[in-house]
Amino acid sequence: MRKISTEVAVIGAGPAGLCAAIEAAKAGAQVMLFDENVLPGGQLFKQIHKFFGSKEHLAGIRGYEIGRQLLKEVEQSGAQVMLNSVAYGIFPGLSIGVVQGEHHYEVTAKKIILAAGGKENYMSFPGSTLPGVMGAGAAQTLINVNRVMPGKRVLMVGSGNVGLIVSYQLLQAGISVAAIVEGAPLIGGYGVHAGKIRRAGVPILVSHTIKEAYGKNAVEGVVIAALDEQWKIIPGSEQDMAVDTICLAVGLSPMTELAWMAGCEFIFIPALGGHVPMHDENMATTNPDLLVAGDVTGVEEASSAMEEGKLAGIAAAEALGYLDAGEAEKRKTEVRQRLSILRTGLFGEKRRSAKSSQIDAMKNYLKKNLPGGGM
Amino acid sequence: MEITEELRIKNHPILQEPEVQKEVTIFYNGEPVKAYEGEPISAALMAAGIRTFRRTVRRNEPRGVFCAIGRCTDCMMVVDGRPNTRTCMTMVQDGMRIEPQFGFGK
Repeated sequence: MRKISTEVAVIGAGPAGLCAAIEAAKAGAQVMLFDENVLPGGQLFKQIHKFFGSKEHLAGIRGYEIGRQLLKEVEQSGAQVMLNSVAYGIFPGLSIGVVQGEHHYEVTAKKIILAAGGKENYMSFPGSTLPGVMGAGAAQTLINVNRVMPGKRVLMVGSGNVGLIVSYQLLQAGISVAAIVEGAPLIGGYGVHAGKIRRAGVPILVSHTIKEAYGKNAVEGVVIAALDEQWKIIPGSEQDMAVDTICLAVGLSPMTELAWMAGCEFIFIPALGGHVPMHDENMATTNPDLLVAGDVTGVEEASSAMEEGKLAGIAAAEALGYLDAGEAEKRKTEVRQRLSILRTGLFGEKRRSAKSSQIDAMKNYLKKNLPGGGM
Repeated sequence: MEITEELRIKNHPILQEPEVQKEVTIFYNGEPVKAYEGEPISAALMAAGIRTFRRTVRRNEPRGVFCAIGRCTDCMMVVDGRPNTRTCMTMVQDGMRIEPQFGFGK
């Protein structure tokens, strides 16, 4: 096993990790960025829609264009990018176990920024393990990155923004979408996305669910049904649809394994996807040398992941003495202002209050556990 | 619904044509399958209409691509003799031999 040491180790080269690495390296810190994929960018390159927000948030720019921009910046920043590199554990002494092909490394760092991202949720129903049932994000990767159709006719489950956007992108890829089913009585995502889907002739069936998927070796069809107010299937409301693919857009969960392993304290916040590490306004967890950024801190979207990454990168550089307190505070204030704008509006407000309860939990934890802490 | 044609996306309204990639051949159960350099094994197999990647150890049930980003391990196959290879994370190489995985593989 080879030993490597660095000042800042960033785990995950998605939007949050890239931004963290760029900010820390720009300030002068020695940065290594690890990702298990053969290419950096995380899930940005499958996002071919234009981003929301204002100009400062790169609104109006498509996700993959933002990805290309970040790759250019990380290259210029001097951060060292280690691809094909799985970070499988964080051990005492801030050491990370990394496997790259046949090689095994022990990486020690002064600061670790964990930006592991999130993973798609699964939903169980008869036939849900058949090939052809996949995450909406998986279908999005196949069509937008691999340029391969997951099938010819799709049923989408879930009408949040992921379900709506991926349905539209399936249509753009020349795939037919039989319907979107939504268990709740209201469409979950933005009206502007839902409108586009409906104008394309795809029905969005609220208070509906999947009863079963069937097929011998892969999905050949699906039975959907209407739900009553108690979310029970209304007998006789079943409809049979011939589809070869079922996409599940039923939320995401933070990938927190490494934060658990590092001994971080957690708080359960359903609006953020479940158990999330407590962190302060600098993205530091209850282990002050371990910072977090992006979906691992609670599922939001790529724009806020990038801002959180910047915040963690600036904070790490400051802690290592590369930025004086005044300069660091100036940069962090700018990022926090952009973050708070991203957390406004119908959907943002819920995330804003969830994020502040996460930061409050951290403050309370410090008060209880450190003499004179949290003052 | 049965899949009979090659499932490659052509003429996308947003994305430009992909840069011309080198065509390579991989072998699925000994049969040649067309693939492009730089793409994962799973994408090449899906494009050829292959959906069952492995079978489970107890009930012999079929499994295929679920997450496509290396998390779920449902797409594991035997690649060049090595079982438990995540085909969504492993890029094709000319001449690669891919077999479906039964149970834990060997």
